[in-house]
Amino acid sequence: MGSSSSRLDRVPGAKDLMEETGFSETNILCLYDRFEVLDREERGYLRLEDFEAIQQLAVNPIGDRIIGAFVFPGRETLDFPSFVRVLAHFRPTDTTWSRSGSQPEPANSRTRKLRFAFSLYDQDGDGKISRAELTEMLQAMLGMQVTDEQLQSIVGRAIQEADLDRDGAISFDEFKKSVEKVDIDHKMSTRFLR
Amino acid sequence: MKRCGSVHLWLWRSVVLICLVLGVSAVNGESKSDTHHHGNGSSITGIPIVSFKWHHVETPYLIVLWILVAGVAKMVIEANHHVTSVIPESALLICVGFLFGGIIWGADQKQTFSLTPTVFFFYLLPQIILDAGYFMPNKLFFSNLGGILIHAVIGTCWNAASVGLSLWGCHQGGAMGDIDIGLLQYLLFGSLIAAVDPVAVIAVFEEVHVNEVLFIMVFGESLLNDGVTVVLFNVFDAFVSLGGEKINAVEIIKGIISFFVVAFGGSLVGFVFGLLISLLTRCTKNIQIIEAGFIFVLGYLSYLTAEMLSLSAILSIAFCGICCQKYINANMDEKSVITVKYVMKVFANGSETIIFLFLGISAIDKTIWVWNTGFILLTVFFVFVYRCIGVFFLTWIQNKFRLVPLEVMDRIIMSYGGLRGAVAYGLAMMLDENKIKEKNLMIGTTLIVVYFTVILQGITMKPLVTWLKVKRASANEITLIEKVQNKVFDHMLVAIEDISGQIGHNYMRDKWKHFEEKWMSWFLMKPSARKKHDLVFDVFHQLNLKDAMNYVAEGERRGSLEFIRNETAFIDFKKKFADEYSEAMPDITVDMSDSYAAHSSMRRDTVPSISLELHDQNTNGLRETEDINTHHLLQQHLYKGRKQHRHKYSRSHFTVNQDENEVQEIFQRTMRTRLESFKSTKMGVAPPKTITKHPKKDQQQKMPNGKSTDNGKYCHCDDDDFEFSGDDGASGYDPSAGSFPMRVTYRPGAGIENPVFMPDLDPMAPMQIPPWLAEAELDSSTVALSQRAQTGLPWTPSNLQRLAPLRISTRSTDSFMMADTPPPPPPPAKDTK
Repeated sequence: MGSSSSRLDRVPGAKDLMEETGFSETNILCLYDRFEVLDREERGYLRLEDFEAIQQLAVNPIGDRIIGAFVFPGRETLDFPSFVRVLAHFRPTDTTWSRSGSQPEPANSRTRKLRFAFSLYDQDGDGKISRAELTEMLQAMLGMQVTDEQLQSIVGRAIQEADLDRDGAISFDEFKKSVEKVDIDHKMSTRFLR
Repeated sequence: MKRCGSVHLWLWRSVVLICLVLGVSAVNGESKSDTHHHGNGSSITGIPIVSFKWHHVETPYLIVLWILVAGVAKMVIEANHHVTSVIPESALLICVGFLFGGIIWGADQKQTFSLTPTVFFFYLLPQIILDAGYFMPNKLFFSNLGGILIHAVIGTCWNAASVGLSLWGCHQGGAMGDIDIGLLQYLLFGSLIAAVDPVAVIAVFEEVHVNEVLFIMVFGESLLNDGVTVVLFNVFDAFVSLGGEKINAVEIIKGIISFFVVAFGGSLVGFVFGLLISLLTRCTKNIQIIEAGFIFVLGYLSYLTAEMLSLSAILSIAFCGICCQKYINANMDEKSVITVKYVMKVFANGSETIIFLFLGISAIDKTIWVWNTGFILLTVFFVFVYRCIGVFFLTWIQNKFRLVPLEVMDRIIMSYGGLRGAVAYGLAMMLDENKIKEKNLMIGTTLIVVYFTVILQGITMKPLVTWLKVKRASANEITLIEKVQNKVFDHMLVAIEDISGQIGHNYMRDKWKHFEEKWMSWFLMKPSARKKHDLVFDVFHQLNLKDAMNYVAEGERRGSLEFIRNETAFIDFKKKFADEYSEAMPDITVDMSDSYAAHSSMRRDTVPSISLELHDQNTNGLRETEDINTHHLLQQHLYKGRKQHRHKYSRSHFTVNQDENEVQEIFQRTMRTRLESFKSTKMGVAPPKTITKHPKKDQQQKMPNGKSTDNGKYCHCDDDDFEFSGDDGASGYDPSAGSFPMRVTYRPGAGIENPVFMPDLDPMAPMQIPPWLAEAELDSSTVALSQRAQTGLPWTPSNLQRLAPLRISTRSTDSFMMADTPPPPPPPAKDTK
């Protein structure tokens, strides 16, 4: 215990982060190690290139969007607390389900998780998944064998399914509703961040 | 309703009648059996024209009659939906069994028919387990295998030991009165009563639709612990026959070792037979008619082999089913797969029905009822309580390791779902009367436990699930966006794992998958299944099917079935189609011609399967069929995440491993966008990626339902298109038609050129054209560059272009329509959800 807390000292603002995100010491240390590995030039922050250097991400069809969720356009760099905060979305939801309502919603709540997923679609940040945005996403996700017409009809049908107010775009609420049967906790949690 | 009632009455009468006939004939059978011999031996005075030879056919006749009775009973029960929604079918069948048993008892004054262990273990159980294994949702099963094994092995041992010991303790305390059962016998009894029965569990949980994790936990446990119980039973049986004083540490250790050997050995036998089946179906191309039979024959053989080697037969046949499903579904002809599926269901449902029926009938037998209040009540009590304790303790341990812990509600349902069934009864019947004096008491108690769990817990399960608000399985309808989103989640998790540099929990699975795809598939799948026909054509085929369906549906919608009755029109359509494309792709035209058959079978396909189709789409009506096509399209073409496993099995299509190409494709695309954004930032132009508001996009929009409702009309136009669209027929169309060469471009290894080296485009171009069109244009330029490469293709581009008009024309007329028609009204079918 003593050694780990002394190790924890080298992580800036570790205690606050733990409080905020609910990560354990091990998690924080683990993530910090990773952060240092990614930060090859030891600047103390990550840049877009650092993410792009991760090989596997290049073959991930939505890798760019994921990177975009870490390093949002406009802010070139990402420091460790922000790094942890983004990853906090992927912590499994706590077993104690009744949380006092006064606290701000933790990052691993269902809504926040969905927000994160939603932002992957909503690249222009207007709070809606437009037809074009969905098309782009699908195009990124679909094999090239699907033709445009198919793509269009898929997109059209998908929007039609989810679009409750018939404005031709999917708002966050509509998005939330359309995936309400999905077990988000299963799908958006990784075990090692427990 | 009234008419329905009268029908029931009629059915009932007929059932009772059959039953009476049976009863009487059984009596006759008994009384005549001794006269049989000299009847045959006596000299024949003349040639009888007709003779009544009951004994000649007695056994098979009775068997078949019973099957018929069981089937009719099930039919009658299923006809009353309002009853089955409250009381599970299994409980009702048992009650019907009581009734029949009573009738037989009344006729014979003794129970002529009862379930014997031989019949049960050799002829009724195997197909049920095989069915369960074959339809097991593999991904779900293996991702929860740890938990399932904990419950199946440790939980079962715990149940056996605790129930046995507690009963013994109570016996010592004097709660049972004067019965002759020793400690070992109690443990033996504990072990036979410990198993949760898959048959009972499926029957109850099928109605309830709990969430899939909970379902697989209960179901997987019940499947595997049957094997475990049988092993335990055999070990204790050996102990009992060995006698208390001879048991020493060595024997106990031998018992434990044999437990593992039997369990794992059985699984191994099953695995080997699974491979064998897969291998065999690799070479059955010429005997497609009987290839479905191999599954059953070899499955049964694996059961018998394991039994012969005194390994766990249940585990063997279960794993046989689990292992072979993927390969045989890929290897066999589509029709054979359907056959297997249906026959499996027929067998499994049939024996399930018979088992429950006989569980009821067997109860009406005075000879087995030895009442001992203390023993019976305590058993029921202990069985229930220790199940709860065991489940809660084990899930508590598991929750420390689970990604998503099992909730309290789930745990309650898991404990409550500990239904005992026919396996326990079969084992009880197998007890040796010489060694166990109180065999009948044990049988009776087992029956009581079975009734208690199946009937009482079965009935209360549904209200309990509702009352506790247990997470249910999602409803049948999967939305497209959900499907896409699921895939996004997969990719997202993989990306996050990459970023955080962790070897995810799916590492081993990844490795296994790799191995599996590289070696097992190569070994066990026939080449044509591995590399089915080109995906492009698959999609094209799908689209054509859709169009054809639209064509028919539209004709029907307009109230005229004329064009179906009118043979010439239809055949004309077909012939024209065949003429046009026969040289390009003969197999598709063949498919096309029986697409109706295929689709109608697809629509009727609502076999209630135990597990995986819980969430399958309900397929009736056109919209759904269309949806399925689209779903299918998505299914096939969404990139697979690295940890992606299909945990639902798809009967008809097996997605070929196109990993390498996919990776290439994504990589190239990523690099291209990065390059573009790099270039554009250098030139001070906003990268096209961020452009999401396209001025032209609204024009491009095509109302999704416009297509489905209007298509029929255009089919005629399409026909015309066939005529005039020569090799260059499509080139005159608007830019949206520019998409078709894509299909050529992305043939693996053909026209793909590194897009990085593409000629520079006007950086402003993507501003005007939506990106997907921009992409298409890019691609067409690639095609132009790689003309030479394409000449080597099996299909020349000209052929492909001739394939295109069908869709292109649909689309172009559509967008043409869009210009002057108001947006079509919302589709009627959609709002009813």
